Amino acid sequence: MWRNSVHGWGVPSILLHWLSAVLVVSLFVLGWWMTGLGYYDRWYQLGPWWHKSLGLTLLGLTLLRLAWRLMQPTPEAHGVSWERVLAHAGHGLLYVLLLTVMVSGYLISTAEGQGISVFGAFEVPALLSDLPRQATLAGEVHWYAAWALVVLAVGHTLAALKHHILDRRDTLRRMWWPGGSRRQ
Amino acid sequence: MFSKSLLKTATSAALGAAVLLPMAQANAADYKIDSEGQHAFIEFKISHLGYSYVLGTFDDFTGTFSYDPDAPEASSANVEVDVSSLHTAHAERDKHILSDDFLNASEYPTATFESTGFESTGDGEGELSGNLTLHGETQPITIEVDHIGGGDDPWGGYRNGFEGETTLTLSDFGIDTSKLGPTASTVDMHLVVEGIRQ
Repeated sequence: MWRNSVHGWGVPSILLHWLSAVLVVSLFVLGWWMTGLGYYDRWYQLGPWWHKSLGLTLLGLTLLRLAWRLMQPTPEAHGVSWERVLAHAGHGLLYVLLLTVMVSGYLISTAEGQGISVFGAFEVPALLSDLPRQATLAGEVHWYAAWALVVLAVGHTLAALKHHILDRRDTLRRMWWPGGSRRQ
Repeated sequence: MFSKSLLKTATSAALGAAVLLPMAQANAADYKIDSEGQHAFIEFKISHLGYSYVLGTFDDFTGTFSYDPDAPEASSANVEVDVSSLHTAHAERDKHILSDDFLNASEYPTATFESTGFESTGDGEGELSGNLTLHGETQPITIEVDHIGGGDDPWGGYRNGFEGETTLTLSDFGIDTSKLGPTASTVDMHLVVEGIRQ
C-alpha cells in the first residue's frame, strides 16, 4: 500500500507523481500567461506570487519524491530492452529538468539577495545572489528548461500510453492503484 | 623714443605670455573617475504610477574628464556605463528593465557619454553638453553641472568632484515606456563624480 515493489507503486509515489504532473502543467501555463501581462493588469503582481509559491512547493515535493524514490524499490520498466534504457534515461532527465527549472526560477527572484515568500506563510532565503547578470541568465535557463520539460513530459505521456494500449501492459493502472494490478 | 617704448611693450607682453601660458597649462588636468573607490554615482529616478518614484543606480562605469578651473570652457568628459549593472534592489524588476521590453542590455550592453562642449554659467556651475548613446541610439543631451570641490586628498592624490543633473526623455532613445503609464516617459538622472588627477 505505502511502499513500492517491483510490481507497483505505493501511495506516496503515486500521489507525488500526479501532484507533480498537475503542478508542472499549471506552472507552465501560469508562467507563460503571466509573463505576457501588462503592467496595469489585475494579475501582474498576483500571477508571480502564485507561480513562485507553487513552484517552491513543487521543489519541496520533488526533493521528498527523489528521496523516497532512492529509498524505495522501483517497479520494473515495461517494454523491450532499448525501451527500458530509454525510459530510464527519460525519467532521469525529467528529474534533472524539474530541478533545473525550479532552481533557475529560484535564482531569478533571489538574484539580489531577496528571499521568496511561499503563500505569505514563510520565506525561502536567498542562498546564491549577485552573480554577474544572474537574473537575466537564470531567466533564460528557466524558459528553455521549462519548454524542454514540457516536451519531455508529453513524450513521457505518449510512451506510457503506448505501453498501456499497444503493449497491453498495466502501465497507467499501476500509476493509479497502489501495489500494482493483476494485469502485468 | 617711440620705437623703444613699443619694443618694451612687446617684450613685456611676450614675457607675460611666456609666464602665464605654462601656468594655464599647469591648471588643466586630466582626471580619472574614481570607480575603484566607488566615489562616483549614477542615480536615476522615474515615476511609479504617478504616485511615487523608483530610484536606482548604475553601479559599474568608468570615465575620464579634463578640468581647468581657469578655463572651464575647455572641460570635457567621457563616461562608459555597463548597462547591466543597473540596480533598483529588486531582482525581478531589474531583470525586466534590462530585458528587450526596455533597455535590452543583451543587445546594447554599454551606454556612453562623450562631451562636446562646456558653457560656464559662473560660480563653478555650467552646462555640459554631449552625446549620450543609450539603447543603441545617440542623442545630444545637456547636463547641469556644479563643481562641488577639489584639492589634495589625504592619501597623496589630487581630486575634483562634480555633481550633475539632467532629464532624459526615454522615447528619444527608442525606449517605449508607454505601458508604464503617462508619468514614466522621462527619467531624472543625478550624477556624482569624483576624479583623481592623473
